[in-house]
Amino acid sequence: MSILINKYTKVITQGITGATGLFHTRGALEYGTQMVGGVTPGKGGTTIDIELEGGQTVTLPIFNSVMEAKESTGATASVIYVPPAFAADSIIEAVEAGLDLVICITEGIPVLDMVKVKRFMEGKRTVLIGPNCPGVITPGECKIGIMPGYIHKPGHVGVVSRSGTLTYEAVHQLSTRGLGQSTAVGIGGDPVKGSEFIDILSRFNEDPDTHAVIMIGEIGGTAEEEAAEWVRDNMTKPVVGFIGGVTAPPGKRMGHAGAIISGGKGTAKEKIEKLETCGIKVAPTPAEMGSTLIEVLESRGLLQGCQVH
Amino acid sequence: MNIHEYQGKQVLKQYGLAVPEGRVAFTVDEAVKAAEELDSPVVVVKAQIHAGGRGKAGGVKVAKHLDEVRVYAQELLGKVLVTHQTGPEGKEVKRLLIETGCDIKKEYYIGVVVDRSTGRVVMMASEEGGTEIEEVAAKTPEKIFKEVIDPAVGLQNYQARRLAYAINIPNELVGKAVKFMAALYKAFVDMDCSIAEINPLVVTGEGEVLALDAKLNFDSNALFRHKDILGLRDLEEEDAKEIEASKYDLSYIALEGNIGCMVNGAGLAMATMDIIKYYGGEPANFLDVGGGATAEKVTEAFKIILSDQKVNGIFVNIFGGIMRCDVIASGIVEAAKQVELNRPLVVRLEGTNVGLGKNILADSGLDIVSADSMADGARKIVELVS
Repeated sequence: MSILINKYTKVITQGITGATGLFHTRGALEYGTQMVGGVTPGKGGTTIDIELEGGQTVTLPIFNSVMEAKESTGATASVIYVPPAFAADSIIEAVEAGLDLVICITEGIPVLDMVKVKRFMEGKRTVLIGPNCPGVITPGECKIGIMPGYIHKPGHVGVVSRSGTLTYEAVHQLSTRGLGQSTAVGIGGDPVKGSEFIDILSRFNEDPDTHAVIMIGEIGGTAEEEAAEWVRDNMTKPVVGFIGGVTAPPGKRMGHAGAIISGGKGTAKEKIEKLETCGIKVAPTPAEMGSTLIEVLESRGLLQGCQVH
Repeated sequence: MNIHEYQGKQVLKQYGLAVPEGRVAFTVDEAVKAAEELDSPVVVVKAQIHAGGRGKAGGVKVAKHLDEVRVYAQELLGKVLVTHQTGPEGKEVKRLLIETGCDIKKEYYIGVVVDRSTGRVVMMASEEGGTEIEEVAAKTPEKIFKEVIDPAVGLQNYQARRLAYAINIPNELVGKAVKFMAALYKAFVDMDCSIAEINPLVVTGEGEVLALDAKLNFDSNALFRHKDILGLRDLEEEDAKEIEASKYDLSYIALEGNIGCMVNGAGLAMATMDIIKYYGGEPANFLDVGGGATAEKVTEAFKIILSDQKVNGIFVNIFGGIMRCDVIASGIVEAAKQVELNRPLVVRLEGTNVGLGKNILADSGLDIVSADSMADGARKIVELVS
């Protein structure tokens, strides 16, 4: 088991003929993801040959619209590598087509575009991950996004994070210590996004194969605080955390559009205190995310059950 | 992106918001000439810098005749203003706004922001205008009123009325205040603002509802569709190294410490600063080389880090995903050839092609300290610079 995606998930790429879309579609195919087609308006009816590392070539059909792609391939998920100016349109198209899951990798979408997207998605069935995120991976089964697949190991720790490379860091610390992951989800660094920590934590809570969770937050907003309260009230599994940006000065945007301390709100200190009061052990440094989880698992007698099978 | 108050007022005026009449001045003579043209018994001389808290710092002066305008302009131009938003180094005043004075009856606060929790635009209003709104929010949050705006229909009049009544705008002026708020919301959305703050909004003895100050920030991700706004950027208000970095699509922010950092990914870059501090060091910068860095980008990143005279050592922390470690390593070697690398360098590489990357560094003959982990690297660089 896992959350959001597994070996049966059929995926299309929106923006498949662009350099980035093609590169990562190849990466997903090499990982074993069921990539079944792509969308590039104007190129519908053609196909694209993708040569994999082993020399094998995969030919994927291209469609003019997500609806057509869904109907002919049976895809239930899409991944978006469309440039920022057009990405909101692509998300809305995928939601309108009724896909289960849309993962938007694109960085730099105007925030007011995302405000409209979020409004449009109200009452719709689609789950959106991102934008500005590394994607989602269920190790050994399905990789949708830009993360390096080989650092992941199948297992029982769920990972959810606002930051891409910090997710890799956490996963690497787990894998090298013999702890695999059920699913790793990058929710993205933008202030207005599809899924928040709570959406993912609740899925991990219900997934019988996830035994513990690492939650990686950063300065800006109050999503970590809200998640901490949710964990305190609902979560039946241990959660450990890390919050980036203890040293970030107020008013300066630290790369991510969402990573800014404004009006004295959203500091790392506040977040860490809140997490700790809600029973989430916070790693003192980013180098200790894995070891902190191990400590917690050991103290609860859960370590063995989490080790890679 | 930030703009000056006078530019913000010009933008808002186009949307029909009432602002005092004013002119920008770059010299003392221009300031006096502007005051002459305004022909008002009282003019206000306002320092234009990209920071709030100017009034408290002595950057706003009221002049009753032209001689006073000259004296104040002389005093303010070239002066370094230190406010709670500038940091201790302050900001030099290079522009002034000369504005007609008005008969203020009462001051209010109106702000528009994107609220993350609701994913919507929120308009805030308070009767406590003219003061730091952060302080009001911290001490008396019940004095700030909020309306969450549905993007499908925009700010509704009843919402604006509710705010106007809540903050006790005089009854006969509620209509004007509602129009003001509607125009402000339209400007915010049309221009892709990230913040629009009117502090204070004033009602005057003549029964006007005026924006006495205007702070507009724009979403940098949306500037591609606002070329006119891009023209209002004042590069002198920004850090030269940050501007240079943005040319190469590098995300760089100057800080106070002495350990230069080069990292891929914003979250890891922030976490790297944190771990340096944890081991007793001080980061000199935040620098995210991004996911698709080339050897050229890495070289430019190095040059920018080294151009900071405070930097006594550099810590490179890379978790290669799409970004391959061998590319980073080649960039470091190339950079070291182009710029004299006379300060300690600690490199931690992990991820895709890590073996290749480490070999490139080892074979380069450069004096590079290799680190096995993030913690190891942070400890080593802190030790080397102390």
